[in-house]
Amino acid sequence: MDCQTTSDEKTVTDAKVVNRRRALYLLGWGFIGVFLTTVVGSAIRFFFPRIIYEPPTKYKVGNPLEYTLGVSERFKKQFRVWIVREVDRIYVIQAKCTHLGCTPNWLSSEGKFKCPCHGSGFTPDGVNIEGPAPRPLERFKVVLAEDGQILVDESVRFRGERDEWQKPGAFILV
Amino acid sequence: MDRGLWLSNKDDKDKLDIRELIKTKGLPGAIKHYVGNSQIWRSFFRHSLEDTPKTRMQTVISNVFLHLHPAKVKRHAPLFKFTWCMGGITFFTFLVLTITGVSLMFYYHPNVRDAYWDMKGLENHVPFGLLLRNLHRWGAHLMVITVWFHMFRVFMTGSYKPPREFNWVIGVVLLVFTLLLSFTGYLLPWDQLGFWAVTVGTNMARSTPGLGHEGPFGELLGMTAYNDIRFALLGGSMVGGNALLRAYIWHCIGLPLIVSIFLIVHFWRIRKDGGISGKL
Repeated sequence: MDCQTTSDEKTVTDAKVVNRRRALYLLGWGFIGVFLTTVVGSAIRFFFPRIIYEPPTKYKVGNPLEYTLGVSERFKKQFRVWIVREVDRIYVIQAKCTHLGCTPNWLSSEGKFKCPCHGSGFTPDGVNIEGPAPRPLERFKVVLAEDGQILVDESVRFRGERDEWQKPGAFILV
Repeated sequence: MDRGLWLSNKDDKDKLDIRELIKTKGLPGAIKHYVGNSQIWRSFFRHSLEDTPKTRMQTVISNVFLHLHPAKVKRHAPLFKFTWCMGGITFFTFLVLTITGVSLMFYYHPNVRDAYWDMKGLENHVPFGLLLRNLHRWGAHLMVITVWFHMFRVFMTGSYKPPREFNWVIGVVLLVFTLLLSFTGYLLPWDQLGFWAVTVGTNMARSTPGLGHEGPFGELLGMTAYNDIRFALLGGSMVGGNALLRAYIWHCIGLPLIVSIFLIVHFWRIRKDGGISGKL
């Protein structure tokens, strides 16, 4: 008697030979795989909202001429930033300690930023000089808007330890 | 005992004359016989309650809530000095937290405007609100403590060794989910304590390798504050209304559901691996 099953098993175990059983096997599991990938993928995607209702990350902070030399706390409460005017430039520092994210205070008499949480200190341009803060305060992108006001863009940051403070966008020349 | 009449397994095909029954058994006895042999009664209670090894076993095996447990336990196994009953107490607190938690949900709106005042209302004017809130709060603290003691006991008695090593891992997963339940519940009163605790806690997610925008390889993989793991947890880039709602849903539905599934496996595995304590 010719043993049909034996020859069948041979072809099944041989991966190179694609017979009908193997093709349907791959097709079936392929569909299940695609289906599960889609379901899991869309479940993950679901948790990332397209629209969020948060304070704006782009805002105007007035005309450059309104700022005199030094650190301005005018927008600290509203936007958590300091506007700093140097002789030839204006830039915007985020009021967020690089240690654990507290809001430092500007001590004008001592001429430095001081964090109340763990005592980190920063120079007026944001360089860390004391305490546990590991790196300088971060700066936001600034451009001049068409109406002449300073436009702050929080989505772009400039980090001093990466020598990014001289990059275009990190400051406005005045 | 009149085993022939009360929940007898025998099929009594003979039609009994009710008057005859009352005459021999009296009215209560006749009712007992009639009810005990009715189809409804016997569909609920499928075996007799005689005190025999067989029926003792059947009691456990035929009950959906008990069947996860072994039908027989060695005399020394549940000794307090072996187990401290820490797993049992933990499960008990889980049940207490489920009941009190569902009760609290009736008076709580998970949105920024109402959450804090609902919590205050529970404390001040909801009938039994203060009791429920305190039971939930202290129960949550207790559960975290007993989970650790349970783990400590299992470690000290060497109960993590094969074949119980699988159940140890299930237990570690349950520990993590207990802490996650604790963490998500922290935010719900929407007070300064919870708000800043969750702010700091989720700030740690920024540093997740690969998935956080401030973690290793995060920037390399294109992570920002608006597409990383923290964004998915909070539903935004800061702790706000979305974060409160997400914490609420994970706390009340998502996590308890996952914990329940792992609990079932945990309990079932105890039986499969040779009981709650003792040598194998």
